[in-house]
Amino acid sequence: MYSPDNIFTTTIDKAVRWSRTQSMWPVTFGLACCAIEMMAAGSAKYDLARYGMEVFRASPRQADLMIVAGRVSQKMAPVLRQVYDQMAEPKWVIAMGACSSTGGMFNNYALVQGVDHIVPVDVYVPGCPPGPQSLMHGILTLHDKIMAGEINR
Amino acid sequence: MTEVQHVDVKDYHQDIQTLFNEGYEMMVDLTAVDWFRKKEPRFEVVVNLLSLSKNKRKTIKVKVDDKTLTVPSITDIYPGANFYEREVFDMFGILFENHPELTRILMPDDWIGYPLRKDYGSGRIPVQFKNAPKVD
Repeated sequence: MYSPDNIFTTTIDKAVRWSRTQSMWPVTFGLACCAIEMMAAGSAKYDLARYGMEVFRASPRQADLMIVAGRVSQKMAPVLRQVYDQMAEPKWVIAMGACSSTGGMFNNYALVQGVDHIVPVDVYVPGCPPGPQSLMHGILTLHDKIMAGEINR
Repeated sequence: MTEVQHVDVKDYHQDIQTLFNEGYEMMVDLTAVDWFRKKEPRFEVVVNLLSLSKNKRKTIKVKVDDKTLTVPSITDIYPGANFYEREVFDMFGILFENHPELTRILMPDDWIGYPLRKDYGSGRIPVQFKNAPKVD
């Protein structure tokens, strides 16, 4: 029998944090081969939809999470920063793969040596490229971080 | 084998036009070589042409004057050369006369220097783990 009178108690903090983790929409920011693994993570076999984040938004205004998937060139750096600035708070960044974390194998003039020079990074996912499981582990690590952190940053 | 033809800068445009008229319809590639400390003059522009009708290829090499660093543009003959010439300008700093829009194509517009020159550093940043103690 359906009863509308059921209640449960929680704190606002917990409810907010929970709601943030369970519908975290990533902005489409695939730059290189890591993007292929990111797409694989979004497709049927690994299925990011399980975490409420299958909708990769093309507009930064609708996104909460930026997965920087691939190497960032010096020319791309201002674009990346602008997309990050256009995202609404609260927002998070995952640096996916060796290149976006540190510059990776491309230690030269053309590439940014780690995306943390431009935007604050919450989680670094190692690998070249990281597989979908690694990326999902990174995402779950971010979820843990949000669940354990403050709601206003 | 591809036939290689060395031409002078002042004949370059005319020779390309002649080859185009002879049936080399397609410009496959346009690039440059930096012979830093190996040859004089330093730069050489290389053009690869293909004739689909005759099934022949031809490579044109033109030496660039060190002082002017200028070569005539061939965009009026092969419009496809546009981006190639911009890339050579971006990477080597060779100027192309009468090019419609000679601006940087790969690097940011305010970039200083020409990255593919031999005296341009690779811009490496020393990495900590390089000197880490070895584990046997």
